[in-house]
Amino acid sequence: MRELFRRQPKFTPTGEDDQRQHVPERISMLADDGAFEEWDSDVVTADPLEFIADGEPYLEKARRTAERHGVSEAVVSGKLQVDGHQLAVVVTDFRFMGASMGSVYGEKLARACERAVAERLPLLTISASGGARMQEGLFSLMQMAKTTAALTRLGDARLPHLSLLTDPCYGGVTASYATTADVVMAEPGALIGFAGPRVIEQVTRQKLPPGFQTAEFLFAHGLIDIVVHRRDLAARIATLLELYSGVRSTRRRKRSELGDTPREHVATQGSSA
Amino acid sequence: MSESRISAWDRVLLARNPNRPHTLTFIRALCDEFVELHGDRLAGDDIALVGGLASFRGRTIVVLGHQKGESTRENLERNFGMPRPEGYRKAQRLMRHAEKFAVPLVTFIDTPGADPGLASEENGQAFAIAECIATMTALTTPTVAVVIGEGGSGGALAIGVADRVLMLENAIYSVASPEAAAAIIWKDAARAPDAAESMRVGADDLLAFGLIDEVIREQPPAHEDAMATIRATGDAIERCLLALDESHRRGVSGDRALLDARYTKYRQMGRWHERATSALREIVEVSTD
Repeated sequence: MRELFRRQPKFTPTGEDDQRQHVPERISMLADDGAFEEWDSDVVTADPLEFIADGEPYLEKARRTAERHGVSEAVVSGKLQVDGHQLAVVVTDFRFMGASMGSVYGEKLARACERAVAERLPLLTISASGGARMQEGLFSLMQMAKTTAALTRLGDARLPHLSLLTDPCYGGVTASYATTADVVMAEPGALIGFAGPRVIEQVTRQKLPPGFQTAEFLFAHGLIDIVVHRRDLAARIATLLELYSGVRSTRRRKRSELGDTPREHVATQGSSA
Repeated sequence: MSESRISAWDRVLLARNPNRPHTLTFIRALCDEFVELHGDRLAGDDIALVGGLASFRGRTIVVLGHQKGESTRENLERNFGMPRPEGYRKAQRLMRHAEKFAVPLVTFIDTPGADPGLASEENGQAFAIAECIATMTALTTPTVAVVIGEGGSGGALAIGVADRVLMLENAIYSVASPEAAAAIIWKDAARAPDAAESMRVGADDLLAFGLIDEVIREQPPAHEDAMATIRATGDAIERCLLALDESHRRGVSGDRALLDARYTKYRQMGRWHERATSALREIVEVSTD
């Protein structure tokens, strides 16, 4: 298994929650010094069904998407530190076929869970997804079982799974690992659900209320724990991880005495534009 | 094999044929006793998903499944076999029941998908399905699932994460309904037949992929004469339960072995390539500190 430490490209987070963020921004916003050890980037798409749509083979589409957006698949996994706390992270990139969950997604997440257990790391998943990857048929559906099973093992090891749902998060991802987490968080305004609003309207002819399926809507219905602004995410994660570890780091205490963290500072600068 | 090559779409239509036997038909034909248990002890009783305690070939089991109606009127009452969160929470309760009394869990899968309504979203449809899946991955009692008609999406998988997954010859099992998949792939639900063909929703393909364990032949097709298929299904379930009895020894170590085997079964599902470099590496600055 290849490992390397890398620095993400320079990125100034805006802290705006209404903008979709992709993998490099997500990681650079969270990671101490932007340092990230990526795992399993060599796991890439296969085409078990020999799927062709509109004359384009699935593998071609996957390759084209990967090249265009510079991501190898719909998720990136690895290890980073948030305020000195090491954790495993699995982040989706919506640009890669709507971050739909296929075999690579499932395998990388399962490996990340197993590695987190082996290295005694908590796990953070950041999910936006259109649902299951149609082009891999039932293989995709089974990733719901596979990922949920892997997370059960993380739980058996008493390691916390923190899940952040981001816009948009639907279908097989919402109906599996992303909502069985110990703490389920969501970004303000993010649309989250099982069935998409268009499907619901078509099938049921029901008029959907304003704010339907927003993070706030789910919160009001008791489905998620915390609605968290992007600029507060790192601090919130650090606090949770301290509580789970039962150890308060002195570094954190000093920072809170200062009343600010460098990350929050950057976020404030970015959003003042 | 006498089985003729029929198109994937024909198979979809067969799987949806209203004259096929549904879950309660299987249960009543295969079980000497059946006491249906109702409700999720929280919000209601969803009759799109039924279950309870039963006596199957000399042993007590917990059985549950999606239930379509036998008529239009009953279909409306049963929401066409599309459970709401209450149904999945009832299922979860019955799964726990099987575990508590150390009896096997047998499930029958026959749903177009989970209910996509407003109230279902408000009540956490995705969460209820996810909890069912999580429960099944960790259940310390042997489990057998049979896809008897439509295995539609997460709403099917919610009761399908079993030690043995069987499928009737004319059933389908798919990541999304062919109509939904066509709407996603081609933005045109009318291309459902193309989606069915491309997604390989039939039992023989899924067996070849290692995603199910056994195909139960329908001789004759179940919508023509259900009894032969129901008997064959009973035989297959019994065989699976006997095999699982062999491997599942009572006690902590036996439970561990059962869970390990189930974990391995689902862990290996999926196809991917591994290569030395990835596109991502080219776009990020790499430093080796």
